Amino acid sequence: MTERRRPSVAGRVVGVLGELLITAGIVIGLFVVWQVWWTDLQAGSVIGAELDDFDDGLPPVTDALADADKQKAGAPAPEIPEDLTAQGIPPTAFAVLHVPRWGDAERVPIAEGISLPRVLNKGFAGHYPGTGNIGQVGNFALAAHRQSWGAPFRQVDRLEVGDPLVVETTDAWYVYRVTGAEIVLPTAVEVIGPNPAEPGAEPTEAAMTLTTCHPLFSTRERYIVYSTLDYWAPRDAGVPAELGAA
Amino acid sequence: MYAAIWRLLPGPVWLRFLMALLLVAGVVLVLFEWVFPMIAPYMPFYAGGAEVG
Repeated sequence: MTERRRPSVAGRVVGVLGELLITAGIVIGLFVVWQVWWTDLQAGSVIGAELDDFDDGLPPVTDALADADKQKAGAPAPEIPEDLTAQGIPPTAFAVLHVPRWGDAERVPIAEGISLPRVLNKGFAGHYPGTGNIGQVGNFALAAHRQSWGAPFRQVDRLEVGDPLVVETTDAWYVYRVTGAEIVLPTAVEVIGPNPAEPGAEPTEAAMTLTTCHPLFSTRERYIVYSTLDYWAPRDAGVPAELGAA
Repeated sequence: MYAAIWRLLPGPVWLRFLMALLLVAGVVLVLFEWVFPMIAPYMPFYAGGAEVG
């Protein structure tokens, strides 16, 4: 019977060091899995439940919206709840964004506030507090992740001028049309100002601005999509044609 | 290190294997639920401040 040779002290130290390095490699790999994949799963389940909640309280609308019901003026201003997430109250969707270009099923709940851990990391689009209201003259500005955390705006670069962006509230549909896109530095706060087309000037249009990260896997720049209100309609008048035949 | 853990686990091989799996699962759980969310904000690709991505 041969006895196993005991490794020297140096040999054992190197062995443990090697195992620690392997462990570090595996942990870093796990972090990537968590960041790229797990956060999406977590946000997806929050968002799924949130969209169900939003739908639950509402009577289903099945008719197609008639042209006669499309209105240009007098859009109702929904009540935007305060951001109470700092007090531990979870964000709630006060509106839902539909983006047909991203797919018929693609819906993003909109909550007040742009806190990363409390709002955006849960998969919501966040409304910049203090920016305009839906359908009103001014700029309804939203932020959302483009990568990880549910990545609601992952397909932001596919939007083209003229594409509809439909905001659904408990009372109305607001159909915006994309007017342009731009890549700016994170310091370009005028993009969420009341009049992004002409910073500093009085707003004349009901605008909506989407902001998200650019390039992918980075926060160096921001991808901005501008849109203005085309028309609005009461919710019970029917589903806008932009959302496909209901 | 891992060999020492293996030696410390009691029971037959299949039981040790099961316990080792549980240990790994526990470590992954702790990492995913607490450690990674805690260090994520310090990553260079984590958007900070008012403007977000």
